[in-house]
Amino acid sequence: MQPTELIIAFQNKNQAAFKRIYDMYSQNVYGIIYNIVRDEALSEEVLQDVFIKIWNNGNTYSEKKGRFFTWILNIARNSAIDKTRSKSFKHSSQNLTTDFFVDILEDKTNFNSKIDSIGIKKYIAALEPLCKKVINLLFFKGFTQKETAEELDIPLGTVKTRNRICIDKLKQILEV
Amino acid sequence: MDINAYIASGILELYVYGSLSEKESTEVYKILQEYPKAIKEVERIENALQQLSAAVAPNNSTELLYHKIEEQIKSSNTGDVIPITRKRSSLTTYIGWAASVALLIGLFIQFNKNQKLKQQLVTNQIEQTLLEGKINVAEEDLSKTKSLLNVLRNKDLIQVPLKAQKVDPTAFASVYWDKNKQMAYIDVAGLPTPPLGKVYQVWSLKLDPLTPTSMGILDKFNDDDTKIFILTNPNESEAFGITLEPEGGSESPNLEQLYTLGVVES
Repeated sequence: MQPTELIIAFQNKNQAAFKRIYDMYSQNVYGIIYNIVRDEALSEEVLQDVFIKIWNNGNTYSEKKGRFFTWILNIARNSAIDKTRSKSFKHSSQNLTTDFFVDILEDKTNFNSKIDSIGIKKYIAALEPLCKKVINLLFFKGFTQKETAEELDIPLGTVKTRNRICIDKLKQILEV
Repeated sequence: MDINAYIASGILELYVYGSLSEKESTEVYKILQEYPKAIKEVERIENALQQLSAAVAPNNSTELLYHKIEEQIKSSNTGDVIPITRKRSSLTTYIGWAASVALLIGLFIQFNKNQKLKQQLVTNQIEQTLLEGKINVAEEDLSKTKSLLNVLRNKDLIQVPLKAQKVDPTAFASVYWDKNKQMAYIDVAGLPTPPLGKVYQVWSLKLDPLTPTSMGILDKFNDDDTKIFILTNPNESEAFGITLEPEGGSESPNLEQLYTLGVVES
């Protein structure tokens, strides 16, 4: 559900509404950032930057342009990518696998109470290698279809349908 | 439109990712307004992605990070964005006005200085003219005095001191007589200023019998600072006298008003 009333309230600089939006989306933002930055302390810095940007630029969001979640996703990805280009980011030697989120999820034992940890674990275990790469690029990194097709060397027309299949499984598992 | 086929195409997943162009997103938005089934699907996708992304986040509670964000929000809130820009613009305006005023004051001061200097220049020019005049006068006086000095140094000059008479015992005068040139220089610096309506008259005298001949009147007594008057004297003078006469002079001297008298030493 799109929290329309909360969005309007925070756009009018209501701090209580903003806190609720933070509670709703901060874990998602943190996950997106961490998958790109791969450092907890730096990710926390970026997380703060992201929510201050959200607060300051609330009025630039319009429902007609897209989902509120999508708008936040874009801010999170861009801020995280900016961080990787900054001086404080010195992790170029790190193992930059294209499906880092999978590694994280495979290694993780404790999950936030809001998360269906069993479902997620089950999903990751069953996920095809190509799906892992497609989800990482399109969802976590914000690549376009064209960029994803070039990166993975697959036909442009298959990106959209392939991705649908990958996400469908997640939906099914979570909705059981 | 077949909404099931539309959903099955996978476009809604890309819509939620933000992978679509702005134009494509707007088109999706229009379709979502028409088909509640499509909205439902978008929400399912969104829910799955929220679960996935949140699961990737480290276990550190984001709850604890909020207070730092809150601090920044509050500080940014008290210094609201719009007033700051207004303050800035008013500051630049203020600086602009201040600069203009300073410039005006500067110009005014320069203008005043210029006026004062111009005035000073005029005053100086007047003073210079006055001084030049004084110099001219002084030079004139000097040349006059020099010529007089030359006259007095002339060896042929006959000096005749004229002594005081009863009328005024303090009075005295001198006559310097150049017999060859028939000129007489009358020095009357020792005579009192004549009263109004009266003039001194100079007489050449023959003593035996006493015959006075007028040499002229000193009608410009007050105007001449040197008090030396030049008169022609073609007479065979034996003595000189100066009397006070009514304005215009007299035919014969009024001996009661004889001021000075001196005899030519032969």
